Amino acid sequence: MKQITRLGIGLLLSSSLATAHADEVKIGMITTLSGGGSHLGVDVRDGFMLALEQSGRDDVEVLIQDDANRPDLARSLSNEFMQRDKVDILTGIIWSNLAMAVVPSVVRQGTFYLSPNAGPSDLAGRMCHENYFNVAYQNDNLHGAMGAYMREQGYERPIIMAPNYPAGTDALAGFKHLYEGDVVGELYTQIGQTDYAAEIAQIRNSDADSLFFFLPGGMGISFMKQWESSGVEMPIFGAAFSFDEILIKAVGSAAIGARNTSLWAYDLDNEANNRFVAGFQAAYDRMPTLYAAQGYDTANLILSALETAHPDDKDAFREALRAADFDSVRGEFRFGTNQHPIQDIYVREVVEGDDGEPTNRLMGIAIEDIQDVYAEQCQM
Amino acid sequence: MSVTLLIEQLLNGVQLGTMLFLMASGLTLVFGVMGLINLAHGSFYMVGAYATATVTASTGSFLLGLGAGIAAAALVGALVELLVIRRLYHRPHLDQVLATFALILIFSEGTRWLFGSSPLRLSPPSWLTGFVTLPGDTRYPIYRLMLIGVGITISIALYVLISKTRLGMRIRAGESDREMIGALGVNISKLYTVVFALGAGLAGLAGALVGALQSVQVGMGEPVLILAFVVIVIGGIGSIKGALLGALLVGIVDTLGRVYLPIFFQAFMPPSEATGVGSALAAMLIYILMAVILAFKPKGLFSAHV
Repeated sequence: MKQITRLGIGLLLSSSLATAHADEVKIGMITTLSGGGSHLGVDVRDGFMLALEQSGRDDVEVLIQDDANRPDLARSLSNEFMQRDKVDILTGIIWSNLAMAVVPSVVRQGTFYLSPNAGPSDLAGRMCHENYFNVAYQNDNLHGAMGAYMREQGYERPIIMAPNYPAGTDALAGFKHLYEGDVVGELYTQIGQTDYAAEIAQIRNSDADSLFFFLPGGMGISFMKQWESSGVEMPIFGAAFSFDEILIKAVGSAAIGARNTSLWAYDLDNEANNRFVAGFQAAYDRMPTLYAAQGYDTANLILSALETAHPDDKDAFREALRAADFDSVRGEFRFGTNQHPIQDIYVREVVEGDDGEPTNRLMGIAIEDIQDVYAEQCQM
Repeated sequence: MSVTLLIEQLLNGVQLGTMLFLMASGLTLVFGVMGLINLAHGSFYMVGAYATATVTASTGSFLLGLGAGIAAAALVGALVELLVIRRLYHRPHLDQVLATFALILIFSEGTRWLFGSSPLRLSPPSWLTGFVTLPGDTRYPIYRLMLIGVGITISIALYVLISKTRLGMRIRAGESDREMIGALGVNISKLYTVVFALGAGLAGLAGALVGALQSVQVGMGEPVLILAFVVIVIGGIGSIKGALLGALLVGIVDTLGRVYLPIFFQAFMPPSEATGVGSALAAMLIYILMAVILAFKPKGLFSAHV
């Protein structure tokens, strides 16, 4: 309720007080709050607002709009935010295709954009921009880290699977890049596919020793339930996108034993994270997901930069963002030359929690200081 | 390319086909009897799955949940017919499409409002998990075999209902001449409500059964709805027999295409390109099938209105 009040006040202010205080900072958030996969946007928003609340600052105003997972809507919302509300910073987009529709024109017009989730390769490489910061990950990071982890664990014949669309083919390419070996097979599914009997039969009939898959959202739920009932015995691996706390609750026991890579885990022991997890559970009465952690870090990065400069002073504010002088919930955090994170990626295992519900448990580090391969294409 | 893989994939295709038939039969009945294009049919599928998930979670009994799912979908179907659909019978198809599309949005947002945007959990009951070993050392999940069984049972039940009972006679009469059976004193509006609720109940059953294998979430009905439309167009709009044949055809072609097309292209292409081309073509395969069938039989395999 709190963020709704804040939003209400925000909208009121933006319409009635055209001449707000000069030192006030306006942040526009465009995120997915309805339609498929809206729990991602809800968590980014809630994590972001929690950080603002904990900071106690009252000179930062956040305007929130729902993009309904539609690129055209996201684009017109960004224009509204920039032209009517004159926001200093934009953030919030979940999906890479929406980010590609919005971010390039936003940053060209001089507004800062901080990504709390989407990290398409183009924005990390040839289309990078000095006003664009990614606080989450480049899309390949988690898949590549799992490739490195599986190699290190001695799996020699993985079979890999993803939907046949850009993020899916990127995921498998990212995996293979750091796995550095041959895979037994590559399966491409249809986007939004719900029945995986055919793929499961193929996996059973291959001589693979492990399965890596990238099936975000409902696709992952369907697949894992069918996988469990098929009786195939094979260790499964994936990225956190198929194993966030909300999805594995819907999957149930079928998820137990799966290992996944994530840039964050709720049981990661550091001061910032303990404060975040306790605060999030107190405020929203549920376990945060990695998306909430990304939203929280994005807000804290902005707040840390505001300590040194106001976004009106673009060069100084940009320098302050680049310094990344904030306590990240994921431990060490710094930016590479393309303003994407250089960070450790962790491995988690899905286990049965104390309440009998599946939950993620931190196992260790999959790969240290991972940086995306697109940084060298970035000329800033 | 073993025989066991082929047998298993054929079973998968039949299983997909029987579930599509549950969806398509309701859709085709409603079109055949009332001449109505109902885009909201996928919403009944979702209602069935949500009701089943909720009741199963609170009572612990999957069978009770299944009953609740069918009942809820049929009830919602009857209500929708009484409140909205009834006003659309004499309108052009475009109005029907618009109104039932609006119903999709209302049902989706209403469900989100009631249950939240996170997917619900619904798993097969413990006595249906596990698998059986078929001849040739093929392992097949019991739950999927059960789905095939349910599909066949429902097909036979529908056949008996339509060809042997009084209600079925009226439905067939309604298909061939709507005005005439009204003139003969059959209570048309009651017949319409019953047929609509029957179709919705079947969609709810499909949603509940498939929901246990897939994810129960908002918008789960629309991808199935598209396939169901392909099925009834192939089978001939309004024909139950056509819906059954079309559903099995689509189920088997889709499943086998997904498996064997990438393998086929690997014979003369590098593996990564072959999987790409193969999967892309597999995604189009049922639409190609539809186009080919319509080229030779423009009204589908079995047209109800000749």
